[in-house]
Amino acid sequence: MIRITGLHKWYGAFHALKDIDLTVSEGERVVICGPSGSGKSTLIRCINRLEQHQQGSISVDGTELTRDVRDIERIRSEVGMVFQHFNLFPHLTVLENCTLAPLWVRKMPATDAEALAREYLERVHIPEQAHKYPGQLSGGQQQRVAIARALCMEPKVMLFDEPTSALDPEMIKEVLDTMIELAESGMTMLVVSHEMGFARRVADRVIFMDGGEIIEDAPPADFFDNPQNERTRLFLSRILSD
Amino acid sequence: MTGNPPPRTYPPGDHPDLPPPPATSGIVGWLRSNLFSSPFNSVLTLVAIWLIYLFVTGVGGWMVFDSVVSADSRAACQAIDSGACWAVVTTRLDQFVYGFYPPAERWRPNLAFALLLIALVPILFSAVPIRRPLLWFAAAYPFIAAWLIYGGFGLPVVGTGQYGGFMLTLIIGVTGISASLPLGILLALGRQSKLLALRVISTAFIEFSRGVPLITLLFVASTMLNYFLPPGTSFDLLVRVLIMVSLFAAAYLAEAVRGGLQAIPRGQVEAAEALGLSRWTTTRRIILPQALKIAIPGIVNVFVGLYKDTTLVVIIGLLDPLGIARAVLADAKWNGLATETYLFVALFFFLSCFAISRYSLWLERRLATDHQRTSTP
Repeated sequence: MIRITGLHKWYGAFHALKDIDLTVSEGERVVICGPSGSGKSTLIRCINRLEQHQQGSISVDGTELTRDVRDIERIRSEVGMVFQHFNLFPHLTVLENCTLAPLWVRKMPATDAEALAREYLERVHIPEQAHKYPGQLSGGQQQRVAIARALCMEPKVMLFDEPTSALDPEMIKEVLDTMIELAESGMTMLVVSHEMGFARRVADRVIFMDGGEIIEDAPPADFFDNPQNERTRLFLSRILSD
Repeated sequence: MTGNPPPRTYPPGDHPDLPPPPATSGIVGWLRSNLFSSPFNSVLTLVAIWLIYLFVTGVGGWMVFDSVVSADSRAACQAIDSGACWAVVTTRLDQFVYGFYPPAERWRPNLAFALLLIALVPILFSAVPIRRPLLWFAAAYPFIAAWLIYGGFGLPVVGTGQYGGFMLTLIIGVTGISASLPLGILLALGRQSKLLALRVISTAFIEFSRGVPLITLLFVASTMLNYFLPPGTSFDLLVRVLIMVSLFAAAYLAEAVRGGLQAIPRGQVEAAEALGLSRWTTTRRIILPQALKIAIPGIVNVFVGLYKDTTLVVIIGLLDPLGIARAVLADAKWNGLATETYLFVALFFFLSCFAISRYSLWLERRLATDHQRTSTP
């Protein structure tokens, strides 16, 4: 589904991603963790061209990511993304947030788009908030709307960029539950997160990144109980100690 | 206030929501916190009430109770009462409103004004029943109004040299505002564009127009523009003024809009891109609605400034209300009544600008959808 080979990315002189190779097959759930500045967010943002890479290749569902705007827009409409700070459109209602892309990208008739949006708001358990504005919802509700908004494009892959990092502890669970349901429905997911409980429960593979490199790539059982690399062990001991 | 705290009345977890203490809310609370919050403030309040009393009885007497509304000359006014002589305004009211527009044709600007109010409704208010047809009417309105006021196609032509007074203010103000808004938005977007040529042209235009006083642009319009145009093409002075005023205001608007554009968080664009929205859809549906909302105070500021700057056209010989005032005061019968005349003109401008300002406040409140968590279902 996603094939990344020999990927390099620089911010000015800073070498942010170093020779990344990563393949994610259909239906696979991959969790990426690592210290801040390790390049994990940059990596998934390269997949839908929110960041531009300088070397190597990325292809999504057979489409190679190039400078061609049509390729970029095709990949973006197949790849859903959920952000740390939700990035909902504050001037639109929840329902309008969800119908926007189906209406203007898929050119769907208004009634179909609305039915679709209601279906996905139902899936994330907030159908009753459809006519509110994002500013009237709690953080957890906003993030679930953001998930529904991405799902309304019926993407083949979902990218999550630290989806629970900006949430109060009480709200993290409701978002994780939604993500678990999504994973159980067979969605291909690439999740940047430090929620190790989530990784243990749904991930097929856990990836540890540090200094722009993939250090460890293993199934959760091996990753948590028998990490191969010293840096992974150190990282795990820090975040799992409490 | 003193002594031990009273014993707990409610067990933990059962405390109901109580109303606030009486002296902190309601009329008494308001008076206490706003007017009589300390002895010094109480004295200030009483002094202010006394000053207001003096002002109302003094100025009110001159303006209203002792004033004269109809008379033939200043001398006749003074013979009747001691206050303001509004007769100078009432006897020349038609000139203040229409300039020298022929009386027999004045139904045309009247009708154009009435249609203007209808055309504004769907633009200013979104919750209007038959909005779509009304918007089409609003789009056609400039042509209808130009035809009604200027004439042709069956109506006798009234040359623009005969326009004047508040009618002229409204023509320049409304045209300038409605032409400069789209132009200003395009300029602001152009200034942010990734295309170098577009960015340079927009920036150069904005910086040039803002760096030059409007007066000089009006002089250019009245004298020099004909030199730049090919010989034989001469178009109307009023049209040239309208173009100059619109371009000038567009430059200021572009900067107000740019402030709004720059306030939009980067995440909004990223979210739109991640959904696969095209650049144009992102601008039209995500960026502009939010940027314009933020820019409303700045935009309205430009509009009010533009509206009042229309009085500058008096310098190139157009008879706006100030031009009419000058002509009226030159009449020997009304010599020396400058206070009444200019107060009247000022009142007209104040009422229009105040209306614009109140509308913008209402619009800001209606569009305030973010950062308000209400308990509505």
